Amino acid sequence: MCAASSPVAGRDGLAVLDAEEIRRALTRIAHEILERTHGGDGVILLGIPTRGVPLARRLAARIGEFEGLDVPCGSLDVTMHRDDLRLHPARALGRTELPVGGVDGKTVVLVDDVLYSGRTVRAALDALNDLGRPRAVQLAVLVDRGHRELPIRADYVGKNLPTSQREVVHVLLTEVDAQDSVTISEGGQP
Amino acid sequence: MKRHLISAADLSRGDALLILDTAEELASLADRPIKKLPTLRGRTVVNLFYEDSTRTRISFEAAAKRLSADVINFSAKGSSVAKGESLKDTALTLEAMGADAVVIRHPASGAAHRLAGWVRGSVLNAGDGTHEHPTQALLDAFTIRRRLRGLEARRTGLDGLRVTIVGDVLHSRVARSNVLLLSTLGAEVTLAAPPTLLPLAVGSWPCAVSYDLDSELPKSDVVMMLRVQQERMTAAYFPSVREYSRRYGLDAARMARLPGHAIVMHPGPMNRGVEIAAEVADSVRSTIVEQVANGVTTRMAVLYLLLGGTEFPATGEAR
Repeated sequence: MCAASSPVAGRDGLAVLDAEEIRRALTRIAHEILERTHGGDGVILLGIPTRGVPLARRLAARIGEFEGLDVPCGSLDVTMHRDDLRLHPARALGRTELPVGGVDGKTVVLVDDVLYSGRTVRAALDALNDLGRPRAVQLAVLVDRGHRELPIRADYVGKNLPTSQREVVHVLLTEVDAQDSVTISEGGQP
Repeated sequence: MKRHLISAADLSRGDALLILDTAEELASLADRPIKKLPTLRGRTVVNLFYEDSTRTRISFEAAAKRLSADVINFSAKGSSVAKGESLKDTALTLEAMGADAVVIRHPASGAAHRLAGWVRGSVLNAGDGTHEHPTQALLDAFTIRRRLRGLEARRTGLDGLRVTIVGDVLHSRVARSNVLLLSTLGAEVTLAAPPTLLPLAVGSWPCAVSYDLDSELPKSDVVMMLRVQQERMTAAYFPSVREYSRRYGLDAARMARLPGHAIVMHPGPMNRGVEIAAEVADSVRSTIVEQVANGVTTRMAVLYLLLGGTEFPATGEAR
């Protein structure tokens, strides 16, 4: 995972996006989703825990505001499909909650906070594969920090952020961390 | 969490809640078209059963298979054990075959503990003599929490709930594991049994003891009936089955004295008409079938948490 969870570390780093900028980025992404999916018909938003879930909810709310469209929203936990399980002690699982009607035949937009190696998204594609057969899968991220290790790209990006691999990107969201911000700091570990 | 699961006492409150919360997330798998996760692909789980068992063995097998582990079933009948092979030699054989986890059921108390000293993989106690059966206690706790605390009960324990465990406590590994685990989770446990069916050391257990079932019923949120274990009884513990059933069996009249929300549990297999009447076992308060379904989910959670991560607990959080 590329987004560290400690809010203290986040406050120390260099600010990349403030609350206003996060709001604008999400507004733009919501419009882009509507544009690219021709009005959002058959779209469902699936957030990847932890911080993808509130982002997916915010996007769904925006789309509702703009078009009066009720876009189904859920969460997709990818822990059991990760390729690095054996590198860590067993992790607690996040929640998978699919909207009523499932994913079959839908356009699924996966939502996450940071796109980095692409391994989380690969795990998400595998997890999705076991849940049904969507018509198409797209990816929305708040920050794309580069350094992909797999052939994966995002369809909707809040901010492209060139980083070095030593750096750590912290995304904080009100629902989880009591504030909205994206910061970057030097990594503590070699 | 420790590497093995031998006793419910090995689990801290945090460990137990982690297992229950993991099971809660895994429960939705049963409703999906593909009931399988790739998490334990390439790992081997051996079911080592020295005692007859239907639900526990099948439950562990289903749990391991849903996590994509390879399962080897070993029962003492029809194996080298029948030729006199010792537990240690069998353990070394399994070790040489590369078992990542051994699920053991054995008639001798302490067998799982001994085995843990001989193999490199994780040992999961699926019942050792009259000692413990920790995964049964976990699935019981999970069933209680789901029924009485609802589906949004994540991260909460069983604080304040009153659980009455009734019957053959002396021979019951289920009772011992439940007393330990449920009290860790904050429940108030009372054992209701004839004095002859209580262990001598019961005074040191974290629970209350009563000889009168009828006075316990109106204040119970959960009644857990234990099987009368005729096969382990080497002496006369009560005058007749009929008398036992009349004083400690749960029939419709006794069930009517329970509070409206209370549930009735039984680890199975049941002796219908002895410790539990058929109409009680089949009533809406009974969680007996749910317990079986929850058993698979809970054992998946345990297998995942013991085998899913790194073998050597890493320090610090990598990226």
